[in-house]
Amino acid sequence: MSSALKIIRWVAFALIAVLLLQIGFFAWHWYRGETSASRFAQPVITTTGVPDVGGPFSLVNHRGERVTQDTFKGKPTVYFFGFTHCPEVCPTTLFEMSQHLKDLGPDADRLNVVFVTVDPERDTPELLKTYMESFDPRIAALTGSPEEVTAAAKAFRVAYRKVPTEGGNYTMEHSASVIVTDAQGGFVSLIDYHEDKATALAKLKRAIRG
Amino acid sequence: MAQAPETYRAGAIVVEAPWSRATPGGAKVGSGYMRIMNTGSEPDRLVGGSTVVAERFEVHRSTVVDGVARMEPVTGGLEIGPGQTVELKPGALHAMLVNLRQGLNPGDTVKGMLIFEKAGVLKIEYRVGGIGAQAAPAAANVHQGH
Repeated sequence: MSSALKIIRWVAFALIAVLLLQIGFFAWHWYRGETSASRFAQPVITTTGVPDVGGPFSLVNHRGERVTQDTFKGKPTVYFFGFTHCPEVCPTTLFEMSQHLKDLGPDADRLNVVFVTVDPERDTPELLKTYMESFDPRIAALTGSPEEVTAAAKAFRVAYRKVPTEGGNYTMEHSASVIVTDAQGGFVSLIDYHEDKATALAKLKRAIRG
Repeated sequence: MAQAPETYRAGAIVVEAPWSRATPGGAKVGSGYMRIMNTGSEPDRLVGGSTVVAERFEVHRSTVVDGVARMEPVTGGLEIGPGQTVELKPGALHAMLVNLRQGLNPGDTVKGMLIFEKAGVLKIEYRVGGIGAQAAPAAANVHQGH
């Protein structure tokens, strides 16, 4: 009989204890909520204000060496995508980039310039090696398996597609902008195909200055 | 001494200063530029062409719109209206020389033909400028090989 009363007393104590803990818990939360209302009232937005352009890739350069995004870290890097069966835009961009490197003088060595093909079926490392002999030797040309190229283009938000032409040939449609990253591979700016030489050069200089 | 650009004539069609760009090593495509004038009173069309250096001759329009580079083939021939001048130039309408058998170097000349619907066949010679040239190279002072 007395043991039953003991149990009831202990259960009552336990219930009161739990209730007190809960009150304390809610009070604490209410207090926190009042003092830092903004923290709880709004979703937390994390943005650096920098577009998410650039990312991991693994490709082969025109000397047949495997390269990744880490190969180009340590210097600001200029990336652009194209293909060699391209009569106008791609040789023009490569030519202009060679001119920019010349104009930059010794500063050109503080910059990586990387051309990535969107046509890996035709643009083998061997073909790229011959092709790149017509441009500044500091420009690296990258290719890879179709899957590797797709992944690299995706990382840089570059769209491309194959378009059939006469006689069973095909051409490529592709984003023609030049992407400038900092020494850590973070996005800095874009150079549009139509931008004049002075503006483009100014963007490269700014990237070099960091 | 400034020299007038080369002109080639067939019927009512006059073609002025055909030129091309040097190609990077191993390139399989080249380009052709020129001004085509129709001095007649009827429309004509450039329906085809050829060069000694490439397998095919196609007319394309290249565009870079919203950052995307595209090439659209001109199908059904390139029309040149009466009194009209159509210019094939970098970044716009151009002839594409497909499957090059040899690279093009600055200073080269390339023999070719244009075929017009009405004016017929016109033999021309392209002057080759630099890889990134934006305009026809200056005419050479000495004409060779004639």
